[in-house]
Order: sequence, then C-alpha cells, then structure tokens
Amino acid sequence: MRIPVGSASGEAKVVLVHGKARLALHRLRDRGDGRPLLLLHGLGERTPDAVPPELVAWPGPVWGLDFVGHGASTVPPGGGYTAEILMADADAALWELGEVTVHGRGLGAYVALLLAGARPTVVRGAVLADGPGLAGGGASPGSPSALSPPAADGTIPDPFALLELSRDVRPPDYALTYVRQAVQLSGLDTPVAVAAVVRPPWLEAVAGEPGVTRRQAAEALALYARV
Amino acid sequence: MADLATAETVSYPGARRPDRHREVDAGGVRLAVVEWGDPGAPAIAFAHGGFDFAGTFDAFAPLVADAGWRVVAWDMRGHGDSDHAVLYSWEADVRDALAVLDSIGSAPVALLGHSKGGALALQLAEACPHRVRALVNLDGLPSDRSWPDVAEHTRTSLLAAELTGWLDHRRRSAAAERRPGTIDELAERRQRMNPRLSIEWLRYLVTIGARCDPDGWRWKIDPSMRMGGFGPWRPEWSMWRLPSLGMPVLCVLGLEVEAMGWGTRPSDIYPYLPLGGRFVPLDGTGHFVHIEKPQAVADLVLDFLS
Repeated sequence: MRIPVGSASGEAKVVLVHGKARLALHRLRDRGDGRPLLLLHGLGERTPDAVPPELVAWPGPVWGLDFVGHGASTVPPGGGYTAEILMADADAALWELGEVTVHGRGLGAYVALLLAGARPTVVRGAVLADGPGLAGGGASPGSPSALSPPAADGTIPDPFALLELSRDVRPPDYALTYVRQAVQLSGLDTPVAVAAVVRPPWLEAVAGEPGVTRRQAAEALALYARV
Repeated sequence: MADLATAETVSYPGARRPDRHREVDAGGVRLAVVEWGDPGAPAIAFAHGGFDFAGTFDAFAPLVADAGWRVVAWDMRGHGDSDHAVLYSWEADVRDALAVLDSIGSAPVALLGHSKGGALALQLAEACPHRVRALVNLDGLPSDRSWPDVAEHTRTSLLAAELTGWLDHRRRSAAAERRPGTIDELAERRQRMNPRLSIEWLRYLVTIGARCDPDGWRWKIDPSMRMGGFGPWRPEWSMWRLPSLGMPVLCVLGLEVEAMGWGTRPSDIYPYLPLGGRFVPLDGTGHFVHIEKPQAVADLVLDFLS
C-alpha cells in the first residue's frame, strides 16, 4: 500500500504502509536510466538529503528508506524492534520500486543482507558498508538487562530503536543462511558485496563465503550496474 | 459488543474471573492487568504463553489466590485485552513484564510463567534478581531436540519458503483480520492446536479471549501476529539462563509430548538446574500442566512457596 506525497522538484516522498507503521521512502534523484538504487541508513540515522559522493556514479534513480522509528517514519510506542521487521520495512520499498540494487550502512547493511536472501530475485546486488549499528549484539546473547519503560515522548530517532537494535543477536551461521539463499536463488555470480572495513563476526563470516565479493562501494555499484 | 459477549457467558467448573481489572502503561502500550485474591497478601505474578491470555489462568489462579496469595496476571502486548502494538519482540515483552512488576511495588515478588511466559520469566529473573524472590516455570524450558537435522540444500529451500511466507504475511498485515465464527467453531479450531484441552474449557476461553462482532466471534489477538518465532532465536538461549538463578526455582515439565510444547525431556534439564532447584516431571500430562491438573500443580506451587 502507498500514499504518494507529490512534489514539483526532483525530490519526492512516498509514504509506505507496513502493518501499523507508515514509512517514508525518499526519492533523492529521479534522472538516469535503469534500475533504482535503494539506500538503507545506519542505526540512528535517516535518509541523507543528497546522494553521497561515493554513490553518485550510479546510472539510475536513487531512493532512500527511513526505517521505522527513524527520520520521517512512524515512531511506535513501546519499542519492539527487530532486524527482521526492518527487513519487512525494506520489502515494502521493493513492492514500490520493483528490482533494485541495495546499499546499506551499518544496521542497514545487515538488513540489506537479510533482504538479499529473502527476495533474491528482486534484489540485484547488495552492498554492505560501514555505518552505525553494524555489529548489533554480537554472535550470542550477552547478560540480559531490563529497564522499566519510560513514558513515550515521540523522540526521533526512537531511543528504543537505538537500544534494541544495538543489542540484537546476529549469529554468523544465521547470516550465512541468507548469503547462501542469495547465491543459490539470485542467478548472480556475486549477489553480495562487502565494502565495510570493520567486520563483526556475522560480517566476517559473510565476507569469506563463496559468492561474496570484497570491494569498495563505488566498484561494487559499477559491477551491479552492469547486471 | 460487550453486552452480546456477556449475554453468551459460558461457565466452566472451578473457573473464576479475576477479582480486579486495571491497566498498566508500558511506554505507551496499554497492558490489561487482572488480579485474584487479597490485595494485601504477598504477590505472585503469572506470565501466560504465546497466543494465550491472562484468562487462561481462570481455573488455576483462584486455587493459588485462595491459599493466601495476591495473584497478578497480564495480557501481553497484542494478546487478550491489551493494546495491539506496532512492533513485537522478546525484549519488549520482558520490558512490559517489568512494567507490570513495577505496578505491584518495588519489593521482590514471586514470578510464575507458562511456556513462552516461563522462558520470559527466566530472562527477567536473571536480568533483575532483586525483583524476583522465587521463580516457577511451567513447561517453559525450550530444548533444541525438536529441531530437525536436515541437509543444507533442504534447509535453504525450507528457509526460502518460510521467509517469503513471513514477508508476504507482513505485506498483508495492515488489512489482516481474524476469521469469525461461532463459539463452537473457535473452540474447535483451538482444539486442533491444543488437542489435549477439553472442548468445554476451550468454549469457556472463547468467551474471554474472543470478542463478539456482528458477523461472529473473533480471537482478540492482533491478527498481525503469527505462531512461532521468526529470527535468530535459539531454544538453548533460554535454557542458559537457568543455572544463573540464585532465588528458589521450581520447574514443572509435562511428559506428554505435543506440537505446542518444546519436546524437552528431563535429561535436557538436569544439567542446567541451579543448585537447590526443584524439578517435577508430570506423567500423563501435556504442555498445559496447570489447565490439565490445576489442583496438583497448585499444590506443588504452594508447597514450594511455603
């Protein structure tokens, strides 16, 4: 489901409906031919106002999604964030845009990997880059903590998102099941590109897997622009 | 609607609706909280299982309350009469549980959980040992034995179907509604999931856990929720909490294996039982130990707490 928010300039916003949340999908650049590039921001960030310099060579349109609890998207009361829900947020953007190449920063890189594995024929290449929230809560659960919920005040980004999505467990073998699915079902030789310099355990495992290429974001995008 | 619902009340031997109803605000999510027993008595909090609601304690809670306890139970977010939230997660359920404990007071309370509520209680007890004076786990100890060992290529195609199914469900979730039916139809559907529970008990539950719309009864649970977890959760992660606990612990396990349960065997639990922890396996009893044998399980709990 979508609600277009019109604009005469090159910038535009589409509001996507995912469950009870409304998500802002920003068009950063309309011109260009071919497949759109979808930007997924890091934890606590939002879609940038302009296409970042390392991505300007992309030949097609460029879009960016604000995850739930971030930017111009819904801030839900009481938290409850998971990386899988963010994957479903991004899936709502695929429904709007069709085939895309995805570039994810930090948390957005982890979500880009999940999305590439879950929708292997729609995601034509996923670039995983450094950014906030890349490591998450590590490979297995740490000591648990629980704090009484504060009153909801609508702060953006949502403090619950910052708390929960920096602690979610990201086991390497779980990440690998998504890589293998992307490799097996996408028809691409290298459906996943690791551009990140920092590699927490899940990303170290991903980077060593057949079908994953390791190169800078601009090079990876040049590769995916040709497929 | 409420009038229609009360017009069709179903009774069940031994079941008693709570003495008090109240609400707790958990960071903007409104939780429905119920209580049985003397409000001045020592408190014990009950956490229900996944897809259940506080009313599933209607037969068991009065037995504990009448023995001198203030029993406090709540509907988890998305369940029963609590708010349907935008987001759901394990961590959010733990935090909501803490908000309910806060509403009882700052003194430590006894905590009992069934199934998912039992696993949740384990985590809350490790995270906040100063809030939990005794812990009871009713058939809520997940083991990894029920996970099939399948070849990698089979696993990949299984996962593909699971992921696509889940994402497609999310896409439809904004417009999702539960299927309406008569009290009997809802009870029969529920019995297919919980075959050991009597149809009389399930008919009773429909009148509490479902609402009466003009076109029929619907379970109140948020239709965007789905059975089973999704994500990187591993059953042993819950079991790992158990040895850390320093308060008195009682674990009760139904030995009849059924689809809703975990398939956990006593030999899976013994290595993790904390020092001094009590473990009681129940023969001829399924996953819903406190519904199948309310008096026997209440006696176990009361003896443990005394």
